[in-house]
Amino acid sequence: MLVVENLSVNYGGVRALRGVSLKVDQGQICTLIGSNGAGKSTTVRAISGQIKGMGGSIISGCITFEDQAITTIPVHHIARLGVVQVPEGRRVFPNLTVRENLFMGGYNRSRDSGFASDIEHIFSLFPRLKERYNQLGGTLSGGERQMLAIGRAIMAKPKLIMMDEPSLGLAPNVVDEVFDIIQDINSAGTTILLIEQNAMAALSVSDYGYVLETGEIRMEGPGKELLDDERVINAYLG
Amino acid sequence: MSLGTLYGLIAIGYTMVYGILRLINFAHADVMMMSTYFAFFGISMFALPWWVAAIIAMILTALLGIMIDQGAYRPLRRAPRISALITAIGVSFLLENLGLVIFGSRPRAFFRPEIFRPVWQFGEIHVLSLSVYTICITAVLLVFVYIIIYRTRIGMAMRAISRDMQTVPLMGVDLNRVIAFTFGMGSALAAAGGILWAMKYPQIEPLMGIFPGLKAFVAAVLGGIGNVFGAVIGGFILGVTEILLVAFFPEFSGYRDALAFLLLILVLLFRPTGIMGEVLPE
Repeated sequence: MLVVENLSVNYGGVRALRGVSLKVDQGQICTLIGSNGAGKSTTVRAISGQIKGMGGSIISGCITFEDQAITTIPVHHIARLGVVQVPEGRRVFPNLTVRENLFMGGYNRSRDSGFASDIEHIFSLFPRLKERYNQLGGTLSGGERQMLAIGRAIMAKPKLIMMDEPSLGLAPNVVDEVFDIIQDINSAGTTILLIEQNAMAALSVSDYGYVLETGEIRMEGPGKELLDDERVINAYLG
Repeated sequence: MSLGTLYGLIAIGYTMVYGILRLINFAHADVMMMSTYFAFFGISMFALPWWVAAIIAMILTALLGIMIDQGAYRPLRRAPRISALITAIGVSFLLENLGLVIFGSRPRAFFRPEIFRPVWQFGEIHVLSLSVYTICITAVLLVFVYIIIYRTRIGMAMRAISRDMQTVPLMGVDLNRVIAFTFGMGSALAAAGGILWAMKYPQIEPLMGIFPGLKAFVAAVLGGIGNVFGAVIGGFILGVTEILLVAFFPEFSGYRDALAFLLLILVLLFRPTGIMGEVLPE
């Protein structure tokens, strides 16, 4: 579904990614793990188109989604193709209500019955959001913001959701909840590319995983296998 | 009071563009000037009824605003803010001097339609009907502005962009469209303000935009730049203070323009975010 080939990114002389190749198949949960600064976010941002045109950045390699090259097309076109990102730090719109944040996610959709039922679906996943329906995004707690950011992505009816550090800064019980939801969304048919520092939680829900270190893919394999791999255990799970 | 609403109308354009691009569009005042010429030629050359000319002028002005954005500011979207700011000053000079070349420096008399001419009397007070209509027209336009910003999809995108421009394209929103729409809308409002201004002080010339523009800018800062309703309130306060100064201290009336800038300095010193401006973290 998504194929990244030999992706390199330079930020003003600093090589953030060196020849990263990865593949996400339809229906999978695929994880990219790695420590801080390994280039995880850069990878996601390159896929969603946010890197190009940034001052001083050079990007090379090829990214294709459903056999269409998306390396050079604008961010909003990539989103319309069905590749939707839940950005790092949630990036909920603080001055918009919960309702409006969800509507922003479905910006290009017509407001038909499918739209309304998707909103209801999101409320069934996250009842807390229903209670806060008319509250501003800025007043929500970290966990609620993460839920809203995920809900907003679902509203776009994506084929692929990329989640950048969804567990970052959340209380452990909320982290469990978020990972449960990620599995629910996946079993409902949406492919997921997960970016995580929390390797244990991420790999245990993943079909396939990649380990990124200093801008390069060091290891890859099915999630369960990586969980048992000694090097992964020592570096990320120890 | 009607003076204040005019400042407010023009200030909305400043504040909307600032809210989204963090750019003070110095050309806004000259866009307003152009609108009065559009209306002037509509009435005098094509013999259009004044309201038709006004609507056409608003549309043309909106297009002019969009053209300026696409031509001058869009290539600088990723450049440092100061580049766009200097470009804005350049566009402002360009429009003023184009105006001087094309329209000539001689002021032209602007047409005040029949319906705006009578002087109404409420008890002891005499009011030009234009002033009353100005307030009404502004009120109607503000309702439109409110509906667009708070009740439409593009308005929602505008508000989202004002706080987080990077995230909005991830929702599949075409930033440039929203920005162009913002310029169009701000310019159309400036056109309404400009045309009413030209009816109030019925002569137009290519440099006429400078003072109302500066004062509308003060109004926008006073109300809290980036906040549309703050701009209107700021305009209102500025207009009323100015008129009160002239009414109660006629000997100081020569300083009425200085008053606006005194207010600006005070606001910047004591409450830089303005009346309705939110105090941002960081």
